[in-house]
Amino acid sequence: MTGPKTLYEKIWDAHTVESRDDGTSLIWIDRHLVHEVTSPQAFEALRAAGRKVRRPDLTLAVPDHNLPTTARRDAAGHRIAIKDPQSAQQLAALEINAPEFGIRLIGDADREQGIVHVVGPEQGFSLPGATIVCGDSHTACHGGLGALAFGIGTSEVEHVLATQTLQLKRSKTMEVRVEGELGAGVTAKDLVLHICGTLGASGGTGYVIEYTGSAIRNLSVEGRLTVSNMAIEHGARAGLIAPDEKTFAYVQGRPYAPKGADWDKAVAWWKSLTTDAGAVYDKVVVIDAADIAPTVTWGTSPEDTVAIGGVVPAPESFADPSKQEAARKSLAYMGLTPGQKMTDVEVQNVFIGSCTNSRIEDMRAAAAIVKGRRKADNVRWAIVVPGSGLVKEQAEAEGLDKIFIEAGLEWREPGCSACLAMNPDKVPSGERCASTSNRNFVGRQGPGARTHLVSPAMAAAAAVTGHLTDAREFLA
Amino acid sequence: MKPINHVAGTAIPFGAKNVDTDVIIPAHWLKTITREGLGKGAFEAIRAEEGNIFDTERNKGAPILIAGDNFGCGSSREHAAWALLDMGITCVIAPSFSDIFSGNAFKNGILTVVLPQEAIDRLLVVAVDQPIDVDLESQTVTTPFQDRFSFEIDPFRKHCLLGGLDEVGLTLSRDAAIKQHEAKIAADLPFLATASAA
Repeated sequence: MTGPKTLYEKIWDAHTVESRDDGTSLIWIDRHLVHEVTSPQAFEALRAAGRKVRRPDLTLAVPDHNLPTTARRDAAGHRIAIKDPQSAQQLAALEINAPEFGIRLIGDADREQGIVHVVGPEQGFSLPGATIVCGDSHTACHGGLGALAFGIGTSEVEHVLATQTLQLKRSKTMEVRVEGELGAGVTAKDLVLHICGTLGASGGTGYVIEYTGSAIRNLSVEGRLTVSNMAIEHGARAGLIAPDEKTFAYVQGRPYAPKGADWDKAVAWWKSLTTDAGAVYDKVVVIDAADIAPTVTWGTSPEDTVAIGGVVPAPESFADPSKQEAARKSLAYMGLTPGQKMTDVEVQNVFIGSCTNSRIEDMRAAAAIVKGRRKADNVRWAIVVPGSGLVKEQAEAEGLDKIFIEAGLEWREPGCSACLAMNPDKVPSGERCASTSNRNFVGRQGPGARTHLVSPAMAAAAAVTGHLTDAREFLA
Repeated sequence: MKPINHVAGTAIPFGAKNVDTDVIIPAHWLKTITREGLGKGAFEAIRAEEGNIFDTERNKGAPILIAGDNFGCGSSREHAAWALLDMGITCVIAPSFSDIFSGNAFKNGILTVVLPQEAIDRLLVVAVDQPIDVDLESQTVTTPFQDRFSFEIDPFRKHCLLGGLDEVGLTLSRDAAIKQHEAKIAADLPFLATASAA
């Protein structure tokens, strides 16, 4: 294909092994992240077929979903047994499979361990322009670096392990352009929640979304990772943000980052990874950054967003009858009444963590709010889960752990934690959680748990006041 | 995977929109290291209720599920497809599917049929007491009342589903092309061609 290309098309074309007449292409995969939940059946299938991992060097394994966020070694350095036998078995399977197939495993107590989507960028394993996959839908996250990154199922994990490729159909392209400046106290998380509300949970289905515009360019790299992370929550399999000088500075010097002459070559190529003038997206959505307020969710789909100053909507306010029905069910599950002010909603739990919001800037933003304050009495459980051991080390070097602990929040070991409650970190049935994670689905944080998605600053503010709160009240 | 062509019989008139993978199979079921036995956890929260749509005498073990827009949204867990298969469901009909779910379904020999909402609305009515017939070869969904809805499907997927083909095996047969690309990446984009933390 010649003529002007979008960023997506450039990465796609550079990775096409061959294209078939039926519209399917065989796409080369540069980086494969593996965790314990979606890989055991893939390794088992390889074993059964007598197949090898084609490029173990392009594959990196990290346990994250099942790990408890409490200590993993006792004082003598011995492993503390995991109580849930199924979690223990799944983690043990990864510890067997990775070395057997020649894949590097970052172990449960290694300082580099963390959530795959935090570890990949942090280690420089995830690079701009790369095709990156993982058996986890939030792989979209790495698109914040300008990588074409998307979640895959276990059969595809097996396919990538065996062939380092995937059979894919080219997606449609959508530009979500956010122009203007975000208001003071409005964060990347608010921005992406606002996009979820605008596009709807299926608005991006079939598309790869490129986020553009001054509000996106002005985000830090970590903020961009937060935005792209939630591309899947509006249905897009991948999000993309063109790499720029900020991206290069972020990547440089990381353990897996290119070095020497390779670095110069990389930067030269990365600079070409922008959508050409005149390239056409299949769809364009324009959002004014000035319209974005600190945003919370009221329902059980990430599209159920409202500005913190707003109220719980009435089901009848939606035009679509099936959405009215869904809203009725959501409100019953969430225990909310139409017209109720969002700031009147009390929370008993606060979760600060997840691949969306567990990087150092997130830790800093939350700590800035709780510093010198105390958790409200009605907040029963408030945990801060850094995204990786390295984030944890950095936060501790800055004294953030002490700030959280003095405020009555718990400071934990890295992992996915209460985002999906596969480990012991769960929100009790009927209780609410102000959560910096990415999904407010029914039962996501535990059976019957009620999730309100928010930014780290907003979660911290809720911890202090005991109800959903506009974090801007704590500014200055 | 098993070849699939014709699916006929009871269709569960579920109809819900934005059914996410946490609803299809909650996370605590993901701790398994095999693909079997997940039917017990399928739609767990819904099935905890007496008289739910999945466990009626008529719908239990039904091969077809009729759902609303954006079925299978959320996580990449293939366990959602394995859970449906274990329940006996080999065909899901909906106005749209999440991209990852439809890929996972395909790789497990589950047929995902996309029909417009009007057709879904009609099938939801018919399916209450009548069987539904889905034919992949002719790409049609029919009812005992002469309803006939055509659906589109990717030709490669159709070919694989009809033949029950192993995609990994198909790709491995393209080894020469893969090697050629690998060499090209090594020459043009050496910083992507290898990964080392040294």
